[in-house]
Order: sequence, then C-alpha cells, then structure tokens
Amino acid sequence: MSDSPTLASTRESSLRVLSLSPLRFLGRFTYVGKVSVATCVAVVFLWWLAARLEVVPAMFLPSPFDVAAKFFAVWRDGFQDATLWQHLLASLGRVTAALAGAIVFGVVLGFAMNLSETARGIIEPLLEFYRPIPPLAYLPLVIIWFGIGEFAKILVIFLGILPSVLIATYDGLKSVSRDMVNAARSLGATRLQVVLLVLLPHALPSILTGTRIGLGTGWATLVAAELVAATRGLGFMIKGAADFLATDVVILGILVIAAAAIVMELALRLIQRALAPWQGHQ
Amino acid sequence: MSTLAIKDVVVHYGAGADETVAALDHVSLTIEPGSFVVALGTSGCGKTTLLNLMAGFLRPTSGFATFGDRPIEGPSSERGVVFQHGALMPWLNVIENVAFGLRLKGIPREKRRERARAMLRLVALEGLEERRIWELSGGMRQRVGVARALTADPAVLLMDEPLGALDALTREQMQELILDIWARTKKSVFFITHGIDEAVFMASKLLVMSPRPGRVVASIDLAFGRQFAEGAKAGEVRAQPEFIATRERVKQLVFSSRQLAEARL
Repeated sequence: MSDSPTLASTRESSLRVLSLSPLRFLGRFTYVGKVSVATCVAVVFLWWLAARLEVVPAMFLPSPFDVAAKFFAVWRDGFQDATLWQHLLASLGRVTAALAGAIVFGVVLGFAMNLSETARGIIEPLLEFYRPIPPLAYLPLVIIWFGIGEFAKILVIFLGILPSVLIATYDGLKSVSRDMVNAARSLGATRLQVVLLVLLPHALPSILTGTRIGLGTGWATLVAAELVAATRGLGFMIKGAADFLATDVVILGILVIAAAAIVMELALRLIQRALAPWQGHQ
Repeated sequence: MSTLAIKDVVVHYGAGADETVAALDHVSLTIEPGSFVVALGTSGCGKTTLLNLMAGFLRPTSGFATFGDRPIEGPSSERGVVFQHGALMPWLNVIENVAFGLRLKGIPREKRRERARAMLRLVALEGLEERRIWELSGGMRQRVGVARALTADPAVLLMDEPLGALDALTREQMQELILDIWARTKKSVFFITHGIDEAVFMASKLLVMSPRPGRVVASIDLAFGRQFAEGAKAGEVRAQPEFIATRERVKQLVFSSRQLAEARL
C-alpha cells in the first residue's frame, strides 16, 4: 500500500516479464501479496509432504487432500446431524448477532462515557474489571445464570467483542478537535446536532476499526461458547470431531472458521473504505 | 447592524499558580459595524482568548462581552468563525462543508446548495464543489472555511489567524481576497495575526496586544485596507511612505511591549 514510486515501477517492469509465464495471474498482486500467496502455498506443501512421508500417523495428520475430500463429504452428508453449511450458518448467526449487539451497546456506552463524567465513572471500572478476564473464565457463570440456550452463547461472544468497540468509540470521540465542535456550534448547532453530525462521523473510522478487532475476539470466543450444549455450530463440530479423533474434521472446522473470519474482515474493510474514505488523509 | 463590545474583561485560565497571570487583563474594545479590526501580538498575548470570548466559546472571569444590546452567552450563527486550521469536516465534500450551517437550520438541500454555490463563487472556488477536503491546498481550505462562515450570513466574521499556516504568496492573495469580501459583504471583521505587514495592510482598526498579562497596548485607526478595497493596487498601497512609516512604528510597539513582558518574567 505504501510502496514508494521507484519500487513500484521496478516491480512493474519485472511484471512484464512475468506476464508471459503461466504465473500471470500473480501480476494482480502487490509484492507483499505475492510473498503472502507463496507462504500459504509453501505451508500447504509442507503439510502435504509431512502427511505423505507419514512423519506422524495419518490419524493425527491427514493430508490436505483428505481434508478437502472431507469438506465435500461433510458439505453433502453432514457431521453429527448437520451439514457443514448448517454448522457454519449457526456460528455465523451467533457471531453476527453478538457483533450487532456489541456495536449498538459499544457505541451508545462510548458516547455516554464521552458526554457524561458520571457515565464514565460508572462504566470505566466495570469495563476495566471484566475486560482482561478470558471469556472461558466467566462462561460457567453465564451458563449458571442464563442457562445453556442460545442467549447465553450470544452473550458470551457479545461480552468478548464489546470492549473493543466501546474503547474504540470512546477513543475516537476523544480525538475530535475542539475547533471542529466549535465550528459547528458557531454555525448554530444544537448539542444533539453536534453529536449526530460531528462526533458520530468523526468517530466512525475508529468505531469500524474497533469492530474489526472485536470480530477477531468474537470468533475466538465462539468455539468456547459452542463447547457447551450446542447441537450445531463450527465449534460444536470441532469438539465432536475431537471426541472421535476425526482429525480431518477438526482441521476442516478450523479452516472454515478462518475462512469465515477472513471474509467478514474483508467485508468490514470494504465498508470502512466506503464509509470513511477520509481516513489517513488528514 | 450591531456593535460587538468587550468591556473591562478579565480572563483567568486554570487554578492555583496558573491563576496569577491573566490571559486577558482588563481589556476593552469595540467592533463597529463594517470595521476591520485586527489584533496583532506575539503568542500568549490573549488574541485567541479574545476571539473565543466574542464567539461565545468562553465566558469572562469578570467584565462583559455584548453584541448589540445583548450579552454574549454562547456561540451563535450571527458571529461566524474562521479557524486557523480550517476545522473543515473531512466526511463532507466542499459544498457540503459550505452548506453545513444551512443544513443545521433545516433548509432544504437544493436551496442550501444554491446559496453555498454563491458563496464559493465569492471566494473564487467555483467548480470545486464536489472535491474532497483533503484534495485541496491550504489556501483553498481556508477559502472553504471563509465561505462556510459566510453562508450562515453572520453580522461579524471572527478570524483566528486564518493565514498563519499559508506560504507567503498564497498569504498575500488571501489578504486581498478577504479585503475584497469584506468590502463587498460589508460585514464586520475581527482578524488575528502575528504578521505586522499583514496587520497594517488590512486593518481599519489595529489593536497591538502584549503578553503576560494579555493587554491592548495601542489602538490605531488605519485606512490602507480601505484604499485597497476601493480599487488601489496592493503594491501601490504598500509602497506609500505612510504605509512604511506606520509599519515601522507598529513594529517598535510590538517589540517594546514584548521586551516589557519578558522583563516581567
């Protein structure tokens, strides 16, 4: 992204040579992108090699092809009474619901902390108390209080995401310049107009960054939440597969979670670029 | 048209030890309708504090700030502000920034864009309506800032060192543009600068301020800006012996007041 022009032009000329080769499609990537693709290919190759040479028994390390075959099998026939798509959908639903809740509460509480000293006094200690606690630690408590239903699962994921969004909102609001707010006030803005037309758009890039960071935590918490009394979900699928030593399904589950997380991250980046194109331009 | 008046104002910032030096110490001044009042002084002399009082961003520790026959109790669109660094909103494009004040008042989109377009013409930024703020040069941004303040049709324009961050050439162009707008719109202007030439060239009333505590040490009535606004060339105005003599006299005032302030440290 931050390539200097000279570097970029050297690469362009080397691309022209490349464009004759079968690796032409690589020309669409940046240098960093190419190294990344090469790294992924190398890891899969080493994985295949280790499985091929049976460095470890196939029961513990199935080959990439076995996992790919398993993907189609689980997609078609399912694993533990649900197809891969149903597992994925269940997990996506939980993460999305938790994320939506975390955005609403995070933004509202972040604004409250910014606008009212009392609110900050109330929220800050509570947030700082629970934030460093791993969700796995309070999961049992959530289950004792809220049961083993869908709500408890979403709540745990929500609690994992909330701090990122809240802190990002609060920080984003803190960085607004006094001049910007004064400019709006001198043009006749009411307090509510300052909040909606100055503070909110100003904090938007930060809120979206917080959402992206929170999403990572959300996926991390998902598996923990699905370990308890779920009947569907990628975390549940991995746990069930581990119980039967179905290593291929475990790896498959991990890869699907990674893929889903990457897709959501990329979507959020696109949203961020569309909603906050001024970021990095000030 | 109303007169903006500051009467015997004292402003203290902070508490404890900080409170010993006043940002403004018994300052009085008036901005008559249609005048171009320039506050000149080194940093720390309370120029911006004075502007914040007039804008209503700040309340005096003692004394009064009035506009017409009413006390200034908060910001209002009758007193427009142009900021040193523009304070434009990067999520809005040029015309949306200029029309922002009208949007706050709930004026329909087409009407406010029409008025904003007229203001952009006044600051010579036609054709840049849909540009992003970060695509503009420093001088263009300040012109957007001026247009935004003008769109709300204020009686007074308060300008906080609006040309401080510009290069020398752009700066002179902007001086002429602002004088031109002043003459055409007949608004009162309060203009902060630490450029002596700029202050003498533009002011119809020049206030020389000194720091620690912030005070007005001299108030001088001038006519060079008016001459330019009435058609004289900027170079000719500046070449007059009278202009040069005034500039030297003001320079002496600024430096002697600064030496006094340093002696008090």
